[in-house]
Amino acid sequence: MSDQTVRASAPSGSPPQAKATSLLHAMEVDARFLGMVGALAVIWIGFHWLSGGTFLTPRNLWNLSVQTASIAVMATGMVLVIVTRNIDLSVGSILGVTGMIMAVAQASYLTPVIGFDNPAVWILTLLIGLAVGAAIGSAQGFVIAYMQVPAFIVTLGGLLVWRGAAWWVASGKTIPLTDNNFKLIGGGAEGAVGATWSWVIAAVAVVLIALAAFNARRQRKRFKFPLKPLWAEIATVGIGAGAVIAATAVVNSHYLPGPLAKKYAEANGIPLPAEGIPQIPFGYAVPVLIAVGVGILMTFVATRTRFGRYVFAIGGNPEAAELAGINTRRVTMMIFALMGALAALGAAISTARLTSATNAQGTLDELYTIAAAVIGGTSLAGGSGTIAGAMLGALVMQSLQSGMVLLGMDTPLQNIVVGIVLVIAVWLDSIYRRRIK
Amino acid sequence: MTTKTGTPLVEMKDISIAFGGIKAVDHVTVDLYPGEVVGLLGHNGAGKSTLIKILSGAYKADHGEIYVNGDKVDITTPRDAKRHGIETIYQTLALADNVDAAANLFLGRELRTPWGTLDDVAMEAATREVMGRLNPNFRKFKEPVKALSGGQRQSVAIARAIHFNAKILIMDEPTAALGPQETAQVGELIKQLKAEGIGIFLISHDLHDVFDLADRVSVMKNGRLVGSARTTDVSQDEVLGMIILGKCPPGATRGPGAISDAELAAVAAHV
Repeated sequence: MSDQTVRASAPSGSPPQAKATSLLHAMEVDARFLGMVGALAVIWIGFHWLSGGTFLTPRNLWNLSVQTASIAVMATGMVLVIVTRNIDLSVGSILGVTGMIMAVAQASYLTPVIGFDNPAVWILTLLIGLAVGAAIGSAQGFVIAYMQVPAFIVTLGGLLVWRGAAWWVASGKTIPLTDNNFKLIGGGAEGAVGATWSWVIAAVAVVLIALAAFNARRQRKRFKFPLKPLWAEIATVGIGAGAVIAATAVVNSHYLPGPLAKKYAEANGIPLPAEGIPQIPFGYAVPVLIAVGVGILMTFVATRTRFGRYVFAIGGNPEAAELAGINTRRVTMMIFALMGALAALGAAISTARLTSATNAQGTLDELYTIAAAVIGGTSLAGGSGTIAGAMLGALVMQSLQSGMVLLGMDTPLQNIVVGIVLVIAVWLDSIYRRRIK
Repeated sequence: MTTKTGTPLVEMKDISIAFGGIKAVDHVTVDLYPGEVVGLLGHNGAGKSTLIKILSGAYKADHGEIYVNGDKVDITTPRDAKRHGIETIYQTLALADNVDAAANLFLGRELRTPWGTLDDVAMEAATREVMGRLNPNFRKFKEPVKALSGGQRQSVAIARAIHFNAKILIMDEPTAALGPQETAQVGELIKQLKAEGIGIFLISHDLHDVFDLADRVSVMKNGRLVGSARTTDVSQDEVLGMIILGKCPPGATRGPGAISDAELAAVAAHV
């Protein structure tokens, strides 16, 4: 805090070099984000040790990434909801009903009409789901913003309504998906992009990280604002690029299982090795790429657009936002519409992963989503939270669950642990917030 | 002294608003001319803040009309008020505590890049410029405004009101959180804005301040207008009598809220 003041007070004639006294401040790294990365590292290493070396394997980490995707996507929207001092308890049920609607639309209408595995099928299925999700969210948002019913009550009602609606869509039956392209959204053996594309994506990501840093620096130079020291800039970019490369190396070390690998090799004309099975890496799973894409998009929305600025202003002081001329009701409604659409995207991922829509799908997801956002540093008092933090929170939650499964813990015990961890995380966060004030 | 000729910048005619049966503002009429400062005075709960919140669009009047430059206008939201060049510094400052000074300054009117994204750098540059004029010691551009002192927060709120070429400025207790030096600075600012032809409604508890800066005063009591007067035509004691007793002195124009001579005699008999 103190050296930030020093930096800001540097004369603004020529671009001054910051006199950073601490490494973290110089790199402008958020301390609480770093704390979460540390917590994640402790969880991972702890489980790795307890499970006798099965947690930190490419296979487990790959599965973990796929399992996290759906909650991570929804958590990005939940951040905006909670930032404006609202809550959405209905996301699990919206996931259930949109998943069911997508499955029925695909199996009963789209595939029979358009044709088996026609590319239009998966696109239309997804669009129908997103539209229904956004419509449900808008309806709830309308009641919250314009009819002034508290979000807690509206979405508690929604939790029951949309779960019931999911049952009505197919009379409680499980509906299998028919379209193979749509199933790619859920990951699985074929729903991954392979080694080459994974490296291409990694390369693009690294270039983008460097460009973003360069652009920020150029902008600050243009207006002669204080700059980060160059070494800190390079270190920040280096760490970001390193993380991308490491993640890519991990997903590319997870190989297709025997029969699938042989099938793939034959289909793609890869010569089979004399003995054993060919090593065909999975690469990034499609749902993980979707989640990361959504995360980037939502970060952009939250930090670079008017809408995002209004969301945070409303969270900080609703009255001030209103007096500043912001249409706070419309913004609130849009937030819930966005949340509904993201729940539908989560539904697409989880339905595709299970290759069918079930009646109980998404049950309790609202709580995991809220927990992910809160563990990720979104304050329930409103006004603060980050998309990246919430996604990391989703990863923390999923790591705990997946680790406990690896250890063979019973489901009731898993729930007990998750519940306790959530409370402890929020307690630690409140201590942190009080200390920085 | 300002010449009171031509059309007033703002005219609020016969304004009333009630909250649950309580008449917070009861048939009040005030006006404001270009380059003029009108002090709104009265006790806590007299209805001053409510009256100006009707002008700034925070409340909608139940009754009455508002004219800007002689044209009847319909102000139902803060956006409407801003469109008519009416800017307000609220007593509560109305800042979003969790975002920085630039975000607050441009709240609702963000500068954007050609791609439609927020141009934070340009907004910070403009903020640095306007704050440099208002409060040269201000340095905390990157921190959320909750990290600022009362005076710094107040200067952000003032900067927001004057940055967008306001024609009409409403200042509700603009110096409440300021020290003597900063208060003097705000006084200078008001004189400067006045010279630029901006009309200012000034709400203040400090009679000395008001007599220093205002050309006219309008006094309210229990939601009603006691009277209006040029500051040259009345003494501070007389204005105090208007605030406390609702007693309208000879130098002032009588409003509906002034007590009658008979009532005054009854009060005097008690004392």
